[in-house]
Amino acid sequence: MQQETRKRMIKESAIWGFIVLELIFFSVAGHFLSLSENAFMDFENMLLLLKQSAPIGIIALGMTVVMINGNIDLSVGATFALAAVVMLDSMSWPIFAPLGDWVIPVSWALALLTGMVLGAINGFIVWKTGVDAFIVTLGSMLGFRGLVFMYNGEQPTFQLNWTMVDIAEARLFGLQTPTLVLIVCTVLVWLMLNKTIHGRNVYAVGDNREAAVNAGIRVGPHMMINFIIIGFLAALSSVVFYSASGSVNPNDGMLYELWVITAVVLGGTKLTGGKGSVIATFGGVIAIQLLRKGLGHIGADTAMVNLVIGSILIAVLYLDKQLNRKGDGDLKV
Amino acid sequence: MSVHDQKPALRLEGIVKTFPGVRALDGVSFSVLPGEVHALMGENGAGKSTLMKVLGGLHQPNEGKIFMGDEPVVMGSPMDAKAKGVVFIHQELSLAEELSVAENIYLGELPRKSFGRVDWDRLYADSGAILKRLNCGFGPRTLVGDLSIANMQMVEIARALTVDAKAVIFDEPTASLTDAEKVVLFEVIADLRAQGVGIIYISHRMEEIFRISDRITVLRDGAYRGTLNTAETDEDEVTRLMIGRSLDMSRNAEHVETGDVALEVRGLSCGKLFQDVSFEVREGEVVGFYGLVGAGRTEIAETLFGLRTPSAGKILLKGKEVSIHSPMDAIAHGISLVPEDRKTQGLVLGMNCRDNITLPQVGDLTAGPFVSDGAEIAIFDQYRDRLDIKTPNWRQQVGNLSGGNQQKIVIGKWLSMHPEVLIVDEPTRGIDIGSKSEIHNLIRELAKSGYAVIVISSEMPEVMRVSDRVIAMYNGKLMRSFTADEVTEDNLVQAISGLSENGKVA
Repeated sequence: MQQETRKRMIKESAIWGFIVLELIFFSVAGHFLSLSENAFMDFENMLLLLKQSAPIGIIALGMTVVMINGNIDLSVGATFALAAVVMLDSMSWPIFAPLGDWVIPVSWALALLTGMVLGAINGFIVWKTGVDAFIVTLGSMLGFRGLVFMYNGEQPTFQLNWTMVDIAEARLFGLQTPTLVLIVCTVLVWLMLNKTIHGRNVYAVGDNREAAVNAGIRVGPHMMINFIIIGFLAALSSVVFYSASGSVNPNDGMLYELWVITAVVLGGTKLTGGKGSVIATFGGVIAIQLLRKGLGHIGADTAMVNLVIGSILIAVLYLDKQLNRKGDGDLKV
Repeated sequence: MSVHDQKPALRLEGIVKTFPGVRALDGVSFSVLPGEVHALMGENGAGKSTLMKVLGGLHQPNEGKIFMGDEPVVMGSPMDAKAKGVVFIHQELSLAEELSVAENIYLGELPRKSFGRVDWDRLYADSGAILKRLNCGFGPRTLVGDLSIANMQMVEIARALTVDAKAVIFDEPTASLTDAEKVVLFEVIADLRAQGVGIIYISHRMEEIFRISDRITVLRDGAYRGTLNTAETDEDEVTRLMIGRSLDMSRNAEHVETGDVALEVRGLSCGKLFQDVSFEVREGEVVGFYGLVGAGRTEIAETLFGLRTPSAGKILLKGKEVSIHSPMDAIAHGISLVPEDRKTQGLVLGMNCRDNITLPQVGDLTAGPFVSDGAEIAIFDQYRDRLDIKTPNWRQQVGNLSGGNQQKIVIGKWLSMHPEVLIVDEPTRGIDIGSKSEIHNLIRELAKSGYAVIVISSEMPEVMRVSDRVIAMYNGKLMRSFTADEVTEDNLVQAISGLSENGKVA
């Protein structure tokens, strides 16, 4: 029992150990290899890293919920883009003209609503058809992306509003807005998963769906709520990012779903559901961003970064499998 | 208070349930009195589970009514049924392993505070009290995944105690319980009964039914066959109602001439699972392994079959030491394992009968680059006739066969590999009693034709019926070996139980 608890602790804090390892490696390697004068673990550099983690990180929180629930959502990248298009385009709609700068919260609300509606569509289809979420969201990934292109063709949608940029670039206690949003969302989702009945049911449904049905949990509506949550978070991520940049290309957000899933899996959430934690996902997001930034720091190009991250992901899952074995007496299958 | 002048706690009247192409229940009526244990019996497929699912709100009946007391009720959902006081304890464990014991007990109805928060204090206090009542050796904060199967079953039972139950359905509750744990379960049932709760008890095991039930209702082919007062009937009458004929349930009395030692095991150990196990099996002999769940019997079989790596000890086949690292090695040395779980370990349910039988040797049955259909069918025909497998033709998917015939397919598969040692783990689990004796006879015949057979079973009558020798195990250790003449229920129970050390179930 003692050993079991220790094993569990090692596994749960593994991602943080990995982050520390990365920090040490890049600080030392950066000392010899980097072209820049600054140390890797420079305070400003770390703040920037947190800010850059936010877009993927906010979506990853939602993905953690959906994956613990035993589902997956591949449409988050497209939702991210479509929410941005709605937000930036709606700011110039004539009916909102009298609002002046008050159009900003209205547009934000519209973008968030878009995300929730898209999530609800995914959830509703999964609920009513019983088709696997992987397939449903694979379809909606293509479909939602189609909507983005229908909106403005190949053209970017842009809107420059300095008030909005000011809000997006504001700092509180030295932390930029995206970082703050990421941290607040992490806390909120953590509270939801660990302290509320809905949150505990997320685990129960993902762990043993039949047991949940037998216990009278209405699994369909329950899963739909989680798809609405991830849709909302994908849109929120989009709001945070595009409030600062003010311009969205129809191809933006592509492959986000894969980065998000990578971060969630690195954080130890089980692909089959029932197990996972948003704190560990937060760690997973930071770990990936550290790798990207760190490898850039020591002069590797993007292709190299992808290769390394991919290899690490497989290595982590292999290690996890080894840790889960109960010893030599275990069944060989 | 006499049982007869009471109003039923729960009454089902003329329940009809059809599924596409099947009339699963055909006008079944059934009632439970408060404070009564009413056993529901019938072969697999007789409709017991369907009836209980109707009662538990998982299925809606096409016709018929359910009454609680005098009021007609509709069970719209499992929650609905539970709220009305009908609690269903499932046969298959229905637990979320990553959650705590307390969360599992109150799954679907966690106590609530403001903003939909979980009231942890109340949750732990309430579930702690229930666990105490059940005399469980673990606390409400334990993760269910860390518990033994038997303890998981106790968690399942604890769920029944969360509401003010009027009727509790136990669906094969003892399937994974050991004899010592059964005692605790029966105490719980007696306790519930004393509180005036009606108990519906589904089981295949006659001795349990006769031990705890007041009345027995028998179903056959979805139809009601009659209700008997337990005190006024016997096993034979119940069996006749169930299958329409009597059964031979005698114990093994034949003495076979055994040949040379086929398999010898010396000091075999595997970590904490079992230690220092030595025994031998001769050609033509059936050796039964009896013990509690977790005593290490299945693990020994898995080690002999190369699925686990032993930490010490020797395995000798016909006097020669062999090392077995994988099932391939085991098969090559003539060891075959009919595993515990037919459906997940023994068969590919979606494949047809022929392909399942030839699965281990299909690589050798080739004509040029292709699989030779003719050779495969020849093997299938041979074992279908030899084992009397009832299937329309070889194209039938095994998933559609009855449990007994599925088990024969698994046995046939290994016989076709011409083994010397055949290990059969829980040969009749989940098989109805008509087919059970067929499998038992088959095992006896196999031994007679020269195979060395090891039978692992949790059912005492089964072990006593088929074995020439019985080996009793407790907690990973070999306790004692009996010949068929020596063995009695009493000395066997003594040998396999650790009850003497402490009365509590660990």
